Amino acid sequence: MAAIEATGLVKTFKGRKATVKALDGIDLDVPEGTVLGLLGPNGAGKTTAVRVLTTLLKPDAGTARVLGYDVVKDADTVRGLVGLSGQYAAVDELLTGRENLWMFGRLYRLPSQQAKQRAEELLATFDLTEAADRILKTYSGGMRRRLDLAGSLIAHPKVLFLDEPTTGLDPRSRLDLWQIIRDRVREGVTILLTTQYLEEADELADSIAVVDHGSVIARGTADELKAKVGGERIEVVVHDPADLTRALELLTGALGIADPESTSLEEHNRRLTVPAPGGSSTLVEVIRTLDAAQIRIADIGLRRPTLDDVFLTLTGHEAEQKESL
Amino acid sequence: MSVELPARVNPLSRALSDAGILAWRSLKRIPRTPDMLIYATIQPIMFVLLFAYVFGNAIPIPGFPGPRAYREFLMSGIFAQTMAFAVASASVGLADDMSKGLIDRFRSLPMARSGVIAGRVVGDLVFNAFVMLIMVICGFIVGWRWHNGFGQALAAFAILLLFAFAMLWVGALIGLSVGGPEVASSAGLIWLFPLTFLSNAFVPTPQLPKALQPIAEWNPISSIVAACRHLFGNPSPFASPDGFPAQHPVWLSLMWCTAIIVVFAPLAVRKYRSATGH
Repeated sequence: MAAIEATGLVKTFKGRKATVKALDGIDLDVPEGTVLGLLGPNGAGKTTAVRVLTTLLKPDAGTARVLGYDVVKDADTVRGLVGLSGQYAAVDELLTGRENLWMFGRLYRLPSQQAKQRAEELLATFDLTEAADRILKTYSGGMRRRLDLAGSLIAHPKVLFLDEPTTGLDPRSRLDLWQIIRDRVREGVTILLTTQYLEEADELADSIAVVDHGSVIARGTADELKAKVGGERIEVVVHDPADLTRALELLTGALGIADPESTSLEEHNRRLTVPAPGGSSTLVEVIRTLDAAQIRIADIGLRRPTLDDVFLTLTGHEAEQKESL
Repeated sequence: MSVELPARVNPLSRALSDAGILAWRSLKRIPRTPDMLIYATIQPIMFVLLFAYVFGNAIPIPGFPGPRAYREFLMSGIFAQTMAFAVASASVGLADDMSKGLIDRFRSLPMARSGVIAGRVVGDLVFNAFVMLIMVICGFIVGWRWHNGFGQALAAFAILLLFAFAMLWVGALIGLSVGGPEVASSAGLIWLFPLTFLSNAFVPTPQLPKALQPIAEWNPISSIVAACRHLFGNPSPFASPDGFPAQHPVWLSLMWCTAIIVVFAPLAVRKYRSATGH
């Protein structure tokens, strides 16, 4: 059974200047115990989707159920069953870590003693025991985010919504947070996670839904999406523009490229691109071939597909950065 | 699929418990932002000193001769103004919570819908009671006294706190409606200046232009001030001494407080239901 299911969600925001369709008929289906990554640029509707699913916003049309409960009709029940942790670390800056967790525990209707005990457990799990009696103002960004996440886990939620959990964090804190999220998955928690980074969705999600302009434009695993983009590619910049066409012909032969569409050639910057199904071994092959033909290479690199590539391929436009709604 | 549901509880006890937890939070925060407490008390102290010593001698109180009459007259006005300014603490506090995403967090919890605002209101009420205590001490220093016994004085303080309680709901609505804490601060205060100056708080209403007299005498702030002056036994001149505001100041003040609460508390809670920070 699906832990999260949404059908045809629509949400329109009427602003002073323009009306924005933040959700334009989104369908989602997250089986129990799996992780869905909602991938898209700022303003794509990811946060709005999370807000609807966590009962913060009422959809204009469509229905959504979490663990079988309607997010509009059974909103109160849904609130008791899910955890939400956002990109804007929503914790009280003037309370200590321990006080914040105790407060959230009490608001989840745990008795005081139990709320205290749960706070201690979470502080220990998230490596915050030492900082437990400091007010949040003194915490680093990563510590705050961990405490925020801890706050959403108080009631042992079966479904967790993480809205850009690592945006703005340094690489070390990001890795810590990924580990914490993986641990939750191992405990069987169903997670819906929004992110702007393909890499993050790749690391954490079982399946990915790419969102743009309020609707899902592609679904699949990270590998399937990358395959759509064409997997890894090698970019070569040759030293002498006269060598460019010859280089491409040589590589097409040496690599056995069947589809000329999968290569590209940009004369103005002396660059050619070929697919690299073998990753770094293809890179070695390319260098060897060009070296043997005495073609001088100015620059060469193996490039993994980025969110921009996925977007470019799927929508024909780059991932535009818009203000989040 | 079986899902463990949290135990159902009586909605009223849940609302009270949630308000209590949020009030605990507000009170915890007060000593950690000492500057807020300092500014909240400096402003009324400044008003007491400015009005008592700068304007005091220039404003005679009809029917009450003597240099101390104005200070006796003034203090109830200062008390009411201080309580009215409670609007700002609620509006800034809630706007701040909203811009930091805390309101979203609270709304995602299985809480009573009134919990966050009620907690804020109760916490701010305790804060304002403390500010009032400082005002009372300040009043004693400049020569203000109550003359009808401690019981009546206590009743006056109760009315002042009830008024603060009512105004906090107005502040809550403003705080949840505006964009951020900076706007909330001015939006919470700007209309209070004409409201307090167009009242009997600082100038006896008989000295106001004729056209403004009825407005000033029916003004909710005037009703609080008049009720306090009546209960404290301080000078309380009226332009129309036979009118309802002059005859029944305590009743009018209670009616105003009730009306404000009945209108603004539901509006604030309704606003909270759809309030969202981003």
